[in-house]
Amino acid sequence: MSHWLEDLKKAIPEERILTSLADRHSYSFDASFGEYLPEAVVQAKEKEEVVAVFKLANRYRVPVYPRGSGTCLSGGPLPVHGGIVLDMSQWPKKIDHRPDDLTVTVTPSVLTARINEEAEKHGLMYAPDPSSAHVATIGGNLAENSGGPRGLKYGVTKDHVIGLEVITPEGEVMRTGGGTIKNVTGYDLTKLIVGSEGTLGVIVEATLKLMPKPPAVQTMMVAFDHVRKAGEAISKTLTSGILPSKMEFMDQACIVAVENFKPVGLPVHAAAVVILELDGHPETLKVERKLVEEIMERIGAKEVIIPKTEEEAENIWHARKQVSPAIAKIKPTKVSEDATVPRSKIPDFMDRLQEIKEKFDVEVVAFGHAGDGNLHPNVLCDKRNKEEMKRVELAVEEMFKAAIELGGTLSGEHGIGTMKAPFMELELGEVGVDMMKRLKDAWDPNHIMNPGKIFVEKGQRLVLTDE
Amino acid sequence: MNEALRDAYNKTFDCVQCGYCLPACPTYETMERETHSPRGRINLVKMVAQGKATVEDLQEPIEKCLGCMACMTVCPTNVQYDQILESAKSVIESEQTPSTLQQKAEGFLFESFFPSSRWMNFLGNATWLYQKSGLRKVAHQFGLTQRAPLHIGKMEAILPEMPSPKQRQERVTRYMRQRPAKAKVAFFKGCIMDSVFFEANQNAVELLLRSGAEVAFPDQQTCCGALHAHSGKVDVSLELAKRNIEVFEEEGFDYIVNTAGGCGARLVEYRHLFDKDSPWYDRAVRFSEKVYDIAALLVELDGLTFTKPLQKTITYQPSCHLRNVQKVVDQPLELIRKIPGIRLKELKRPDFCCGSAGIYNMVHHKESMEILDVKMKDVCDAEPEEIVTSNPGCQLQMKLGIQREGRGDRMESVHLVDLLIEADPQSK
Repeated sequence: MSHWLEDLKKAIPEERILTSLADRHSYSFDASFGEYLPEAVVQAKEKEEVVAVFKLANRYRVPVYPRGSGTCLSGGPLPVHGGIVLDMSQWPKKIDHRPDDLTVTVTPSVLTARINEEAEKHGLMYAPDPSSAHVATIGGNLAENSGGPRGLKYGVTKDHVIGLEVITPEGEVMRTGGGTIKNVTGYDLTKLIVGSEGTLGVIVEATLKLMPKPPAVQTMMVAFDHVRKAGEAISKTLTSGILPSKMEFMDQACIVAVENFKPVGLPVHAAAVVILELDGHPETLKVERKLVEEIMERIGAKEVIIPKTEEEAENIWHARKQVSPAIAKIKPTKVSEDATVPRSKIPDFMDRLQEIKEKFDVEVVAFGHAGDGNLHPNVLCDKRNKEEMKRVELAVEEMFKAAIELGGTLSGEHGIGTMKAPFMELELGEVGVDMMKRLKDAWDPNHIMNPGKIFVEKGQRLVLTDE
Repeated sequence: MNEALRDAYNKTFDCVQCGYCLPACPTYETMERETHSPRGRINLVKMVAQGKATVEDLQEPIEKCLGCMACMTVCPTNVQYDQILESAKSVIESEQTPSTLQQKAEGFLFESFFPSSRWMNFLGNATWLYQKSGLRKVAHQFGLTQRAPLHIGKMEAILPEMPSPKQRQERVTRYMRQRPAKAKVAFFKGCIMDSVFFEANQNAVELLLRSGAEVAFPDQQTCCGALHAHSGKVDVSLELAKRNIEVFEEEGFDYIVNTAGGCGARLVEYRHLFDKDSPWYDRAVRFSEKVYDIAALLVELDGLTFTKPLQKTITYQPSCHLRNVQKVVDQPLELIRKIPGIRLKELKRPDFCCGSAGIYNMVHHKESMEILDVKMKDVCDAEPEEIVTSNPGCQLQMKLGIQREGRGDRMESVHLVDLLIEADPQSK
């Protein structure tokens, strides 16, 4: 071990190689489960440094795990086999706008929300809006192909990337795509790398697509006395010729939790609420608002709430944002899933969640981006209670199976990482997983690039305790 | 596991490691490591409790935390970081062997110096003598102040002019101008505030009197204990709290006012020092409910009209403890905006700590200056003639910042009450 550390010190300034126990512990976790102690943390600031790390990693067969702000919910940056955590968050931050092209070129350490803030100065927007956008780096968002509420209308991260500069696992510098919107030259390696969870290379620069910023938005909140009606309302709206920018769902347990946490006047007697945002020209919004109101009335919604002021609208969205912290008050540990189903299957999925909840006697609440079928079932538990955590593991496993049976997927936006790896074959089949593995072998022959993610390892199963 | 560690450990489970605290943390920004972020520190407390790391591993990250509590204002799960930090400090303190020179100096500073009004008076008087007698000039010429430990030299250079001992002795213990008074206010002096910024405290009294209140200085009051608690000296800090609670109970005061954001933050948190079933708990709650920052109280009394226009550009640098712990955010700005003619240019990041943080700028000078430089860039962009503060530590740190930027000829730092008095407020 000391051997590669000595070599590392020749390539990287010593103050950016962290080896003290306190520093190593500080990069042993992310926002998901598990902690794994790396042998060293390297804070890269230049391409040459990343190249050097990979050359050395291949020579000594030391695993390397790229990491942004460590907000990952699926274990992407966890150093599961020890080795080097490659901290990309301190890379010099650069945002280079080309408003005439409607593109922007950024370095990986830039916080995602900053890109949109800068774009707005030019009347443009960067559409992907994961709720952690003000903390997470764009590098991490690209690696995990993050989503967000606006994904319903504008798509997820991969739909906004047109070019990348990547250091391959063998330490070569490569460019993919370019600066144009259309580009069909060769395989689309850009989209292969986006969402590859740091297993195929490290992104050191990205060119992203911007869009015109909609001139106005209209928020609406609709309450239902049956979850099924909420599901129906989503399908009916989306087939009526209207495409809202956001359609968010909260079940009763979430509504009550938010009201107990910081009351904002949500309809606590409703079985579910759907919060919509329409965006576009103010005149169009007037018409669309009316149409949505009519749809909701026909379905038999309990109540349609239209905020009178911008402040009231903000309060509604604030309430939606409070769901995460509010439900954490029910029990301290939150297992946040993002199994996604075809939109029409949301009511069926809700029924299955109810069954699972009763079968394993666990606390389950559901909220999320219902407009695109991306629900966030959350199991609330206490990490310190081993017996309970075993039941939670079984419940989560059954949730994955339910989603797949309904024609859905294991993960809509969080990624596979460590936790969902054991279920990959269930969704993709033997051949599907094998083709992915062959790709991985070709790119990373020595398996030094973020090992232990996506692909299940021998004997691996879902574990939610630290031990 | 000792009690303090268990306390801290149990609270770490509220942290879901989402990382929302990272962009709010000044030390994460300047020190560029997760180890020096709230999430990193909370995780290390957990690791120590689980035996995966030692108290020694924890020491540097905990000691280099400013304690500005900006993280608590953005935490979505309401992690009680302030209490985790304080428990961690007391764990570190209890593991240390007291014998080094620095600890002796600290011991003197904390056990005799800060709680003693005699020492504080002496400090005020000695500083006055030092400034007036020409000793300052001699010391500077021989570079004596440069050699002093704890960077006293740099701090010394920015001390304001002291009031003479005569002025200090002339202060009475009770002021009343109208009968019946609108409110009965007890004044909590603050150690540094009342020695180094004696005049600001007198200005605060004047503002209260013109607002129609009567003001008393309870004699037996002592240090708030904030600096002790920040250094893990729980026992001393607890004794000081009890004494203050007792002293301010004696008369039926409506308010307990202070002019130092840091002290005020300690006073409003006294109840956290006691178990809920301790008889002290209720007394602490009653005490804390009466504690008001001067700005908040002036707004509440609403008794002043500012008569003299001040044609100058100022910016406001909030004290972190005033803003993040006492939650006094808008009142100082509300008062400033009432001054005719004034141009208020707000900072881009008012919630970013200035790096003063109690005695942080003395014991961790380099780290403090890195934070100050970030702050001063923001300040210089606003180009104010005056930086208005609400805590003595911040005011001194701002002076230091002005000096570092070489802007001493066109910028100065003042306490909010000094600015308000300058605008010649009259009773409504």
